Amino acid sequence: MSHLAPLILVLPLLGFLLVVLNGKSLSDRGVGLIATGVVALSFVVTVITFVLLLHDRTREVTINLFTWISVDTLHVPAAILVDPLSITMSLFVTGISALIHLYSTAYMEGEKDFRKFFLYLNLFVFSMLTLVLANNLVLTFVGWEGVGVCSYWLVSFYFDRESAASAGKKAFVYNRVGDIGLLLAMFLLFVHTHTLTYLGIFSSTSLLSPAIATLVVLALLLAATGKSAQIPLFNWLPDAMEGPTPVSALIHAATMVTAGVYLLVRMSPVLALSSSGRMTIAVIGGVTAFVAATIATAQKDIKKVLAFSTVSQIGYMVLAVGVGAYGAAIFLMVSHAFFKALLFLGSGSVIHSLGGEQDMRKMGGLARWLPLTFPTFLVGWLSISGVPPFSGFWAKGDVLSNVFAHNKPLWALGVVTAILTAYYMSRLFMLTFRGSERFREVTHQHDPHESPLAMTAPLVILATLSLLGGLLDLPWAHGFSLTRFLSPTFGFVAPSAAQSTTLQTGLALVDVVAALIGLFAAFTIWRTNVESSTFERPFFEHVWRWDDAYDAVLARPLEHLAQVSNDVVENRIIDGAVEGLGGSVQRSGEGIRKLQAGLVRQYALAMVLGVTVIVVYLVGRVR
Amino acid sequence: MHSSLWLGALIVLPLVGAMVAMIVRRRPGASYVVAVGFATLEVVVSLVVALLYSSHVTNAGTFDFVSRRVVSAPLGLAYDVALDGVSLLMVVLTALVLWLSLLGGRDRRREPAFVSWLLILTGLTMGAFVSHDVLEFFVFFELTLVPCYFIISGWGGRERSRAALKFFLYTFSASAFLLIGILYMGFAYQHQHPTSGLTFAYGALSSTAMSHPVAVWLFVGFALAFGAKAPIWPLHTWSPLTYAEAPTAGSIELSALLAKLGSYGLLRFAVGLLPAAQVSVRPYVLTLAVIGILYGSILACVAKDLKRFVAYSSLAQMSFITLGIMSGSTIGVTGAVLLMFNHGIITIGFFLIIGFLERRRSSIQIADFTGLQGPAPVMSALFTIAMLASIGLPGLSGFVSEYLILIGTFTTHAWWSAVAALGVLASAVYLLWAYQRVFHGRAEGANAQVADASGGERWVLVPVVVLIVVLGVFPKPVLDRITPSVHNFVTQVATAGAFK
Repeated sequence: MSHLAPLILVLPLLGFLLVVLNGKSLSDRGVGLIATGVVALSFVVTVITFVLLLHDRTREVTINLFTWISVDTLHVPAAILVDPLSITMSLFVTGISALIHLYSTAYMEGEKDFRKFFLYLNLFVFSMLTLVLANNLVLTFVGWEGVGVCSYWLVSFYFDRESAASAGKKAFVYNRVGDIGLLLAMFLLFVHTHTLTYLGIFSSTSLLSPAIATLVVLALLLAATGKSAQIPLFNWLPDAMEGPTPVSALIHAATMVTAGVYLLVRMSPVLALSSSGRMTIAVIGGVTAFVAATIATAQKDIKKVLAFSTVSQIGYMVLAVGVGAYGAAIFLMVSHAFFKALLFLGSGSVIHSLGGEQDMRKMGGLARWLPLTFPTFLVGWLSISGVPPFSGFWAKGDVLSNVFAHNKPLWALGVVTAILTAYYMSRLFMLTFRGSERFREVTHQHDPHESPLAMTAPLVILATLSLLGGLLDLPWAHGFSLTRFLSPTFGFVAPSAAQSTTLQTGLALVDVVAALIGLFAAFTIWRTNVESSTFERPFFEHVWRWDDAYDAVLARPLEHLAQVSNDVVENRIIDGAVEGLGGSVQRSGEGIRKLQAGLVRQYALAMVLGVTVIVVYLVGRVR
Repeated sequence: MHSSLWLGALIVLPLVGAMVAMIVRRRPGASYVVAVGFATLEVVVSLVVALLYSSHVTNAGTFDFVSRRVVSAPLGLAYDVALDGVSLLMVVLTALVLWLSLLGGRDRRREPAFVSWLLILTGLTMGAFVSHDVLEFFVFFELTLVPCYFIISGWGGRERSRAALKFFLYTFSASAFLLIGILYMGFAYQHQHPTSGLTFAYGALSSTAMSHPVAVWLFVGFALAFGAKAPIWPLHTWSPLTYAEAPTAGSIELSALLAKLGSYGLLRFAVGLLPAAQVSVRPYVLTLAVIGILYGSILACVAKDLKRFVAYSSLAQMSFITLGIMSGSTIGVTGAVLLMFNHGIITIGFFLIIGFLERRRSSIQIADFTGLQGPAPVMSALFTIAMLASIGLPGLSGFVSEYLILIGTFTTHAWWSAVAALGVLASAVYLLWAYQRVFHGRAEGANAQVADASGGERWVLVPVVVLIVVLGVFPKPVLDRITPSVHNFVTQVATAGAFK
């Protein structure tokens, strides 16, 4: 395995380099083929590595590649760690990436910057895999920043559009706020444990005092809120929808935005040291899930609904991490990757068929025109809504029953969010596929057309996975399940009292009822309506005025500060003092002014001679 | 131990090159060819020195290529050169800066004089970096002002005279404090060791006994001199005007190279010679560094032209260097030395591209540009690489140095490092915003006609990009050369600081 695992990473990088170095001599088709091929191969290698890992007794393999940074006591190897957690992440990252690469070859056809798109996409996959496979925090940070910059490029892909350029910048800057958290966490851990490798940190957790552990956990949480779009840093994600839709599916739904959750789960042995830290995580997750769900109920852009839905679903994952249900968090992450990628790609297919329209008020009745997109989207919709037996039901149920055991109020909030989820997704579904055909104006009276095979094939595969994803971790399959497989990598969390089967069934019933309430409400309201000022609250539509608040509290005062610094501090005070000093010296001698005016050269040389004279004079006098 | 002649060659080669360039000045273009030839030779010699150095003394962390010859015993003047990992890196940077600014910043107006001044400047800077005698260092340090002055005033923009004069007076007055300090230490040493003659040898002066308050005052004087050069906030106000008015090669020499002379001086002479004083002054200088990081970032946001923009972003970056130098940790100082090199290379990239834009549009005003990524994708890709390195994207060179500085400083002065980490966010804000205004959007009118980077322009930037990527992915060879020297230095300073 040690020879094979690095290939998982190297293959996408190879694809990137191949296209960079032969960019001109390759056709678009060739670029698409190489880019998709390397990622598909990477998936195959990951599967083989996974099988090998299953037969490895320790299930924990570190592979050293080279020494990256080594100064004094700081040693950062470029090394990868293959264990159940990293291989699970790699499996779904490479698998879904391969599907989305394939989809993009058709979706992006004819785009001017087709090659550049695939360059970024391959580099993204490489970075994402670096993030999950790294054996230390610094190398994870490499991937962490790498996916951030790829996201920046891909969000501002249509750079001549002002909104796309600004959205890309916003995404990067918000992420950077979180990055400070990750940096500080690393610094604290290095000072106290003298190592930054995961296994090194975990074996020296006894060196961390509770206070330091809490600080580290909060810093990690800050990092996670940036990358995973949680409160207070969640509002870059909806803007990021400016990117092409496959990007939204891959980066801003399935993979990159879950990196924050991955980081928290990866660091769970440190999380175990701070119950207050975990409580904060749970509250942030639960509240974000709820807030984002309310916002999703009032959005008119199909991608915006899905974006806030992503924020909300990641909120569930963070909530699960907060109550120590790491297995549930990863379970939801994987099934979310399936159904959210499906929903985004499906919406991409819808948008594609309508020539770029994203406003749901101009859709409707598309079911009969899109014979493959419609049924697959249906699977995605039912899955995220939590209808059994789709994967979303099992995953969300797993999270909520764990939350119930630890924190009843957050569980209640989670159930309300579940109702909202079923509601806004059904609204989206109704407005898009049912009702009257309102798209004729956009399509100039043409009939919408189903997308080509390269786009529909991934939809079918993802729909199958969304349907069957629950099998990964069925509640009664304790012997062979995802959580069981992952559990050696988790930090210890005191087990809650075992839940009786009756209680579990009861909780599952609550979930089903919640989903049905949401579905029913949406059917009643949105069967006839297209717009509704009663049910689309402006406060929700405007994202709880979050951006306005940041503008008023942060952006504008900072702009003001910058102006004052420039006009007053820099030019009047500091430079004013300097010029004043210089000026008074100047005025004191007419000769100097003359020199400045005409005899600059001699002046400069005189200065240098002056130095020599001073040296000689002083030296001579002392002697 | 290697022959010090290598170092002598590094100083003399460019000066000879300047003479030859003046001799052939009548033949059009000949002086440029001569200059490039000598610059290439200089790069080769510096790389040979780097290879020789590595094979012997690296792990000892001591000085190599040592030689001391007294020139004038009564004056205490000596020719004294030596090389350790820190000066080695600066030597290579000096040679590279000359080479790249000649290739990318060619200025055809009165070319023989232009290239001669550049060559002279390089020889003098080399001298300063390899000096192991404090007075000798000062002479070289001070003499670099002359070529700088003439380059700015002779080939600069509209306000060149004012810029040149401001630069000259600013740094010249500040270094008066340095001279006083050096002389004081020399005389004090002579007084304490009556049998030895007047000497300004580094080793001698570092053992000068002084009362603590005197040492602190000397440190302040040194910090003023080096702080004006580096620059350290608030001694930076010459730099925006000067960078903006200087010709491309001049801006490169000033920010990529001469600023490093300030940081290098701060490390080697202020910290190295006054170990006890630096311990008491450290919190204040660290605070100035943190202010510089944030202040530079804020002003970079509102800068109206690209060169001022780079000037303020350089203030932030140079403040990171000051932070690392004053951190008192081997990791932090190593990061600072590495950033001196990396910032030099990244800044070359910035100024070269700005120079290319200026050629095309005769303007460096940010507001005059928009949407250049459309007509000039290669140029914007090259700018992006320099930008991301400057932001500190892992995998590129800037990250390694910035990370080492922050984590090193955190081990000794956690709060300063935590606040300085905000600079990581700030650099993303100002750089991405500038990028958006210049390269994003729809190019119209003159901007739509901007030609992409020509073949020659691309080739000049190849070494820059290669260094940015290689030092980001595999900095080990460089770190292995710096670390032992820095480790020795920091240990000596710490021992001496605690002892006094």
